[in-house]
Amino acid sequence: MFSIILSTAVRYLFPLMLLFSVFLLLRGHNDAGGGFVGGLVAAAAFALYAIAYGVPAARRTLGVDSRVLISLGLLVAVGSGLWPVFSGQPFLTGVWAKPTLPVLGKVGTPLLFDVGVYLAVVGVMMTIILTLAEE
Amino acid sequence: MGGLLVLPILIPLLTAVAALLAWKRRSFQRALSVLSTTGLLGAALWLLVVVWQNGTQTLQVGNWPAPFGITLVADLLSAIMVVLAGLIGLAVAVYSLGSMDPDREQFGYYPLLQVLLMGVCGAFLTGDLFNLYVWFEVMLIASFVLMTLGGERAQLEGAIKYVTLNLMASALFLAGVGILYGVTGALNMADLARRLEQVRQPGLVTALALLFLIAFGIKAAMFPLFFWLPASYHTPPVAVSALFSGLLTKVGVYALIRVFTLLFVQDVEFTHTLILVLAGLTMVTGVLGAVAQTEFRRLLSFHIISQIGYLLMGLGLFTPVALAGTIFFMVHVILAKSALFLVSGIVYRLQGSYDLKKLGGLYRSQPVLAVLFLFPALSLAGLPPLSGFFAKLSLIWAGLEAGQYGIVAVALGVGLLTLFSMMKIWDQAFWKPAMEDDSTKSSQSSSWALWLPTVALAGLTVLLGFAAGPLFALSRQAAEQLLGGR
Repeated sequence: MFSIILSTAVRYLFPLMLLFSVFLLLRGHNDAGGGFVGGLVAAAAFALYAIAYGVPAARRTLGVDSRVLISLGLLVAVGSGLWPVFSGQPFLTGVWAKPTLPVLGKVGTPLLFDVGVYLAVVGVMMTIILTLAEE
Repeated sequence: MGGLLVLPILIPLLTAVAALLAWKRRSFQRALSVLSTTGLLGAALWLLVVVWQNGTQTLQVGNWPAPFGITLVADLLSAIMVVLAGLIGLAVAVYSLGSMDPDREQFGYYPLLQVLLMGVCGAFLTGDLFNLYVWFEVMLIASFVLMTLGGERAQLEGAIKYVTLNLMASALFLAGVGILYGVTGALNMADLARRLEQVRQPGLVTALALLFLIAFGIKAAMFPLFFWLPASYHTPPVAVSALFSGLLTKVGVYALIRVFTLLFVQDVEFTHTLILVLAGLTMVTGVLGAVAQTEFRRLLSFHIISQIGYLLMGLGLFTPVALAGTIFFMVHVILAKSALFLVSGIVYRLQGSYDLKKLGGLYRSQPVLAVLFLFPALSLAGLPPLSGFFAKLSLIWAGLEAGQYGIVAVALGVGLLTLFSMMKIWDQAFWKPAMEDDSTKSSQSSSWALWLPTVALAGLTVLLGFAAGPLFALSRQAAEQLLGGR
């Protein structure tokens, strides 16, 4: 079922939603937001894309297998927890970089952890949604 | 040394991630799961040695100071439980190599197995009540999928009951945590214990204790909240049944022990007497249910319940000897029960049925298997010199010391009935001549992967009987830690 209104709207909404999801991810660093909700918004963008252009097109746009995204996300999150272990601190301790970045402020492993959560959430949601949509 | 505490959680997690990445490569996943459970067992043993030599280990995750952050704690009880989780995990991982069908392996059996083990180890190691809830959920979600994986009709039927009741228990648990936090303002268990002493509302604290008793009681399959267990445990593949029977209900019992030795000891007269009464009822109903069954795995499922009664008996008596008995019993029952489930899987392989009426003649054709069944079965019934004898002896001794003659009588009677129901399996499956018109006899060969873990677990139950002295000393030390932590 192809709808010209939806597909035209999605062409503008899709990049906006992805941008917003990244905004939420980075903002969650110090404020309301975070990897989880950011991941949900990104997944919503892809779900909308799948409704407008079909599941195969959404899979192509996603680029990687959604299961790989889950594992990558988990790896990044665990990696951010293991980082401090190598310098002799307990698991999941926040390690912060010395220089502050212009927009983000202080960056450190908590941001990396959030990125992992973001990827894992996108992966899980896409696995569920695309599998259901195909059936 | 604190980093050691994270290993039993990290090893399964990283394995699950690797297995997800290698989604389509089954042989890789199979090798990896055996390798990682071996690693888990190794790390757990190391942890046990460290805890035994240096006392309780703690780790402040994320370097947040104690009452605010999440603390991982390993005392002797935790360490013993993690070792058992690693042992059963390894046995099941090897057993799965020979028994799991390609379809289930294709759809994420191995990653799920690892996630389940992560949840179980996390629950044993956390020192934070809310974190315990999180680990319970990790474990439950994995177990839901493991139970339904394969999508057979019976599996789904059992899973509905299993999922519904366990979700209810989780909701009660969460409500309990919420109220407790409202009353005391703490979630760290050690901090909670200190603050609960200062709460001047004995009625409220007792009500909270009962809320936790119900929540964990459902998960531990305590009377009268056990009916989800026999309805579901016989439906998934044997490897999964063995894993569940070995670990899941025991996590519930572990949580009960933790909560009722550390937090709710204000009104022992009431709460622990109630636990004692429930323990007796759990034993009796479980074993009576078992006597009435004619399906191999259903019979064993009812036995799980009756054994939970013994575990609770030690907690209800609430003396150092009784708690040591419970810990000893835990080690014994996890090994023996899992071994019996694994035997039932081999029997199914050989004769194509779990129905005791259709089985027969196994003693003649498979004498080794008969011995493998007999040792854990007699051990469970409590015959000397097997481990079950010493486990029951210590509990009954504790009961006599405490002057609770009622529960002692029940425990002895249930022991006899256990022997009777085990002999029923023996008689039907092993002793009686094989059915003549047996066309269902499957020609599937049973591989070493089925035999090796079964022999190992059955061997350990025998070995435990001979090593009863040192193990009881260890249990005694763990029990004193539990009671002396206050």
